[in-house]
Amino acid sequence: MAEPAHSDEPLLQTPLHDEHVRSGARMVPFAGYSMPVQYPAGILTEHNWTREHAGLFDVSHMGQAFLVAEDKSHETVARALEALIPADVLNLKPNQQRYSQLLAQDGGILDDLMVTRVGAPGHEGWLYLVVNASMKDADYAHIQAHLPQGVSLNRKDGLALMALQGPSAAAVLAGLAPETADLPFMMSAGVQVDGIRCHVSRSGYTGEDGFEISCQAEDAAKLWNRLLADPEVKPIGLGARDSLRLEAGLCLYGHDIDTTTSPIEAGLIWSIQKRRREEGGFPGAERVQREIKEGAARVRVGIRPEGRAPAREGSIITTPDGREVGVVTSGGFGPTVNGPVAMGYVSRDMSAVGTDLHLIVRGKPLPAKVAAMPFAPHRYKR
Amino acid sequence: MTTRYTKDHEYIRIEGDTGIVGISEYAQGQLGDVVFVELPSVGKSLSKGDEAAVVESVKAASEVYAPVSGEVVEVNSDLEASPGAVNEDPSGRGWFMKIRVKDEGELGDLMTEDQYQEFLKSIG
Repeated sequence: MAEPAHSDEPLLQTPLHDEHVRSGARMVPFAGYSMPVQYPAGILTEHNWTREHAGLFDVSHMGQAFLVAEDKSHETVARALEALIPADVLNLKPNQQRYSQLLAQDGGILDDLMVTRVGAPGHEGWLYLVVNASMKDADYAHIQAHLPQGVSLNRKDGLALMALQGPSAAAVLAGLAPETADLPFMMSAGVQVDGIRCHVSRSGYTGEDGFEISCQAEDAAKLWNRLLADPEVKPIGLGARDSLRLEAGLCLYGHDIDTTTSPIEAGLIWSIQKRRREEGGFPGAERVQREIKEGAARVRVGIRPEGRAPAREGSIITTPDGREVGVVTSGGFGPTVNGPVAMGYVSRDMSAVGTDLHLIVRGKPLPAKVAAMPFAPHRYKR
Repeated sequence: MTTRYTKDHEYIRIEGDTGIVGISEYAQGQLGDVVFVELPSVGKSLSKGDEAAVVESVKAASEVYAPVSGEVVEVNSDLEASPGAVNEDPSGRGWFMKIRVKDEGELGDLMTEDQYQEFLKSIG
């Protein structure tokens, strides 16, 4: 068997590193951090536990930052960010969160991110951003370079972030912070969780109901262990995080979306609200508007290989008669689906659900079909 | 019954002129949950070090190399339906293939059980 490659780069640690090691996690390098890929239970068990109970994920490696308007005006800070992303920030309600993308001038995706209008009193003109770990330095530099006078970016490297996901998540968190019970999907609140000051949003990356919980780094271990004290909650590593998000049909930056893909090709039109589609005024608007009108030449689709063999990222996609039409961008085994699942880009004429494809795996064509996503139904709290 | 190991964590257990090939307990633990195994065709002739099988975990695909040269005389087709046997019982139900050993001399290049345990300590 081939050994995984090792890197000698010094790795950063999250505030929960010692907790992971104590739990017997297998730590691997990820985006410059030492992160738990799995705990002793293993990826399959962790995946299924999250779908059936509640999984707790350390995502403190992700970048958390505030964008702040000096004049304390939401409009000022919203306009500043709208110059960089295609989401409607202006009409965000206090505490509302949206998924969006930082776009390049050509409409390619520099990163994807979550944007929340901070609702706490005294924080008018504040937006809370969460960006990918691997992209945070580049994102912050990009945002900084494009900010108008009077708007500043404050990176919050002293914050931890964890995600509590799964059908039991709501009951578990309500036991510690009752006001989270009624929080709707993509809304957030400042709450005390067992006496710890947190910012909680009802969102996640698994397709399940759940929360992302931000707190001060020094409180992270206490909160982590408090949540794990509930028998419904188990720690979940990056391995299951990936299989959960793949079954949920969610994009992973650097794989399913990158600077070569547009939000329309990626099927993310739902994240561009009507006003922005019409008005434009974001980088790459011309391409995005053209692709909305005329259709993109290639699109991201779900794919179900017909046998048991997974097709991994990079597998070439062909028609059944061997004409190359695309490439797999994420692929693996879906424990909930109990079979291989993948996503990738294909030319638009091959993108209808049910279309027969071949995936080239180790030189051999593997029969597959375009499939609707998500592979496992979303169970968000609407 | 003699079992020998490679540095890539395959084992070969010699029974007469054939050897049963699989991956070690350590290897299954490193891989994590096995979800698919691609086995060679019976009759395939392998040279030592050739890619003989592919084992897929939830995370990734890994190659399994032939510990010695020889012909594949049988494969464990039960792994199609229950690939998890590789995790549960790697030296028993989780075997991959039987090879008719071409050159017994090649076994001398492999590690004994004791040597393999020492090797694991050195990389651990």
